[in-house]
Amino acid sequence: MTDRAPAGPASPPFRPSMLIYDRRYRSMTFQVIVFIIVMSLVWWLIGNTITNLENLGKDIDFRFLFSRAGYDIPQQLIPYDNDDSHLRAAVIGLLNTLFVSFLGCIAATFLGVAVGVLRLSNNWLFARLMTIYVEIFRNIPLLLWILIIFAIFTEISPAPRAYRGEDAQNLFLGLIAPTNRYTSIPGIVAEHSPGVLQIGRIAIPWLAILFLGLLALAVVLRRWINARAQRVQNRTGRRPTTWWINLALFVVPPVAIWLIFGLRLTVPELTGFNFSGGINVDNSLVALWLALTLYTGAFIAEIVRAGILAVSKGQSEASFALGLRPNRTMNLVILPQALRVIVPPLISQYLNLTKNSSLAIAVGYMDLRGTLGGTTVNQTGRELEGILLMMLVYLAVSLMISGVMNIYNSRVKLKER
Amino acid sequence: MSEMHAESVAYVRDTMLPPAAPPNQQLGALRWLRVNLFSGWFNTVLTLLGLGIIWFLFDHFWPWLSHSVWKADSVQECREIIAARYGEGATGGCFGVIRERWHQYLFGFYPRAEYWRPLMTLGLLFIAITPVLFSVNPAIRRWVLAVTGLITLLLMGVAEVPDWAVLLMWALIGTALLLGEYAPQRLLIFTLFYPVVGVWFLWGGSLWFPLMLLAGFGVGYLATRLVPPRHAGLALPAGIAAALIWWLFLAGPVAGLLGDLAPARLRVIDSNEFGGFLLAMVIGVSGIAMSLPLGIVLALARRSDMFLIHVFAVIFIEFIRGVPLITLLFVASLLLNYFLPPGTNFDIILRVIIMVTIFAAAYMAEVIRGGLAALPRGQFEAADALGLNYWQAQRLIVLPQALKISIPGIVGTFIGMFKDTTLVGLIGLFDPLKGISDFVRSNFAWKGIYWEPFIFVGAIFFVICFSMSRYSMYLERRLSREHR
Repeated sequence: MTDRAPAGPASPPFRPSMLIYDRRYRSMTFQVIVFIIVMSLVWWLIGNTITNLENLGKDIDFRFLFSRAGYDIPQQLIPYDNDDSHLRAAVIGLLNTLFVSFLGCIAATFLGVAVGVLRLSNNWLFARLMTIYVEIFRNIPLLLWILIIFAIFTEISPAPRAYRGEDAQNLFLGLIAPTNRYTSIPGIVAEHSPGVLQIGRIAIPWLAILFLGLLALAVVLRRWINARAQRVQNRTGRRPTTWWINLALFVVPPVAIWLIFGLRLTVPELTGFNFSGGINVDNSLVALWLALTLYTGAFIAEIVRAGILAVSKGQSEASFALGLRPNRTMNLVILPQALRVIVPPLISQYLNLTKNSSLAIAVGYMDLRGTLGGTTVNQTGRELEGILLMMLVYLAVSLMISGVMNIYNSRVKLKER
Repeated sequence: MSEMHAESVAYVRDTMLPPAAPPNQQLGALRWLRVNLFSGWFNTVLTLLGLGIIWFLFDHFWPWLSHSVWKADSVQECREIIAARYGEGATGGCFGVIRERWHQYLFGFYPRAEYWRPLMTLGLLFIAITPVLFSVNPAIRRWVLAVTGLITLLLMGVAEVPDWAVLLMWALIGTALLLGEYAPQRLLIFTLFYPVVGVWFLWGGSLWFPLMLLAGFGVGYLATRLVPPRHAGLALPAGIAAALIWWLFLAGPVAGLLGDLAPARLRVIDSNEFGGFLLAMVIGVSGIAMSLPLGIVLALARRSDMFLIHVFAVIFIEFIRGVPLITLLFVASLLLNYFLPPGTNFDIILRVIIMVTIFAAAYMAEVIRGGLAALPRGQFEAADALGLNYWQAQRLIVLPQALKISIPGIVGTFIGMFKDTTLVGLIGLFDPLKGISDFVRSNFAWKGIYWEPFIFVGAIFFVICFSMSRYSMYLERRLSREHR
């Protein structure tokens, strides 16, 4: 190595015109200009806001969150009454948003997968029916479906008292009673209840905690058993039979809980003018959930169908040629490849569903938009703070969902070199 | 070998036997049924289930539909007619509400005497976009122009517009057909001017004002041309500066002056009077037209090597995609007054269009980014190797392919956006679904009417969105270069 670098062409001295004509500097110039423009735009907006607030005699103040809300919320997952703060009302709204989105995502996934697979089935009639379903739901606004389903419940469903007397309506499947105000579904009670865990004002039944704990344990155990089976297979070439252990892991604990604590279903019964015994779910929630499920299910069906079609036929033929049975072909060959195509758009469908749940306002379901962005804003007159806070919460929820699903996606993604 | 064989045997048959008829079970309808409907127990169950669903739907909706009443002035009268005709307890659709209020569902509260204006705008919209959408195949273009023209004329007939407007429309459609046949490029010039004509027809006022706004682009273009080629780098800033100066200081006075010289005025229609499908179309079409270019710019910005540009694009796109459209609409209706200089109060429809546009543009950017990512690296490198600069490479090599890949996504975004125009009903505008329907139901005569408006509005949305998705399939087929 020499101690001096070989002399290349001397770089020309810097001239101001190089800021435009030299590619090395031009991008810097451009970025600085854009930065200045964006920042002055932001500054302009903030300045306008401050001036406008001054003119109106307002200020930016989030203390309204801690004052008394004074309005009722029909659906609540944790205790709330109208003496609670606006903050608690907002939390109730957020929980309601998450609740309906969660239920919607699960139901829409099941529906979408079923429809997507059935659309590819060789049953001519059913494939056509599923196509009609998908096209109709994809091409008509979600708001229309929410309004229609809500109207079906409120306009066509009978009043609770129609379930009484001589020509009484029968309960659907003997368990569910849709009425024009709420839908009554069976609840579960325990004969020997171990009580509830009290955290502040939130009461969680010990049974639910026990159930979820056992479920989590079962998932962990199942992974361990499968990993062990894999190790044994790698060592000896024979895979130990594990399916009945796996099945037992998920079946035994619920049955045991059911029997030990004497759980039973309580069928809704008409007492006076209303149903009691079961759980009365507000129709706004049912309608919103059904509409979100049916609408998003149509989109998921298309995604599933595209995913399955994206796996070339040669893959399954090769798998059959290797002697794999059809269910193992599905599990080991087709699904892993189809999931790679399915998961990313599925994530955005979940996000869409969560964001679309803000249409709850059309049926009066009190979600985040209805509490923090609706009644609270109207009562306190703090629309700037309320709506900005609401947008930030939605943003956080969206980013969280996409974060979790992206982790999942990176696990099912095709491992490339 | 076969010849040797032929010599070694005594007899070789030299005519073919006629093929035997297949067994009866493998023939015709029976075979089709066996293969497609009853090939196994599961398939049979599905078929029976499907038949059950069809029967259920037919059983529930057919009586209602077949008992429809079209001539009635109120729900009450409707029910009486149905009871008289089909017996006590029969239910039926009361489409009298559509017959009486169709104009509100289509035009909102637009003055009835001026219906020719939105209809003319619609007809011109067809004429403006057909040469863009069907630029290659003259036969399809001819058909589309003729059919859409007929639809416009039909609507004009229903809306009872003045005769001269109908004649004008006939003339325009005829001209468009002729031009489409012999000089389709000329039609594109009209497309360029369409926004001005559309805005002028819909909102009225002086023609010169929107025309001068459009002229700003021409001024900017001229300015880029006037910059000597030695300073080519200054051309773009000069163009932008000239256009801005034109819009801020010159466009208004010039338009006023021209208005005095040659008054071309229409009655001014306030944005509050817009409603129904007119509103949905105005928001949808302008959102679609503006969100595509904005989305392309955002997608390119997100893939840019320049750090700041990339960061700004990511923040913008992720923020917009992270919040529901309805919150953005609330920002438009409630908060925009805080963000703008005191005393500004600009049109609510314009505000909504801006919000819907940036919302759709963020989604569009992600769709197009997907297309850009799917493009093989070699394409970018080939463009570099040819010595093309950034914009040339994007325009000639990258974007045509990336956009082609992302057509389904782009059209999907368009469809989603058109459906989302119904959300403006939640901030108090009169969208066809909620705003107009609530207004109709607020009248005592039509209190409690739900299904008929839903069916009417849903059917129109379905037709529009379905044809958009079919168009995207057509475009995909036409642009596909593989497996010809």
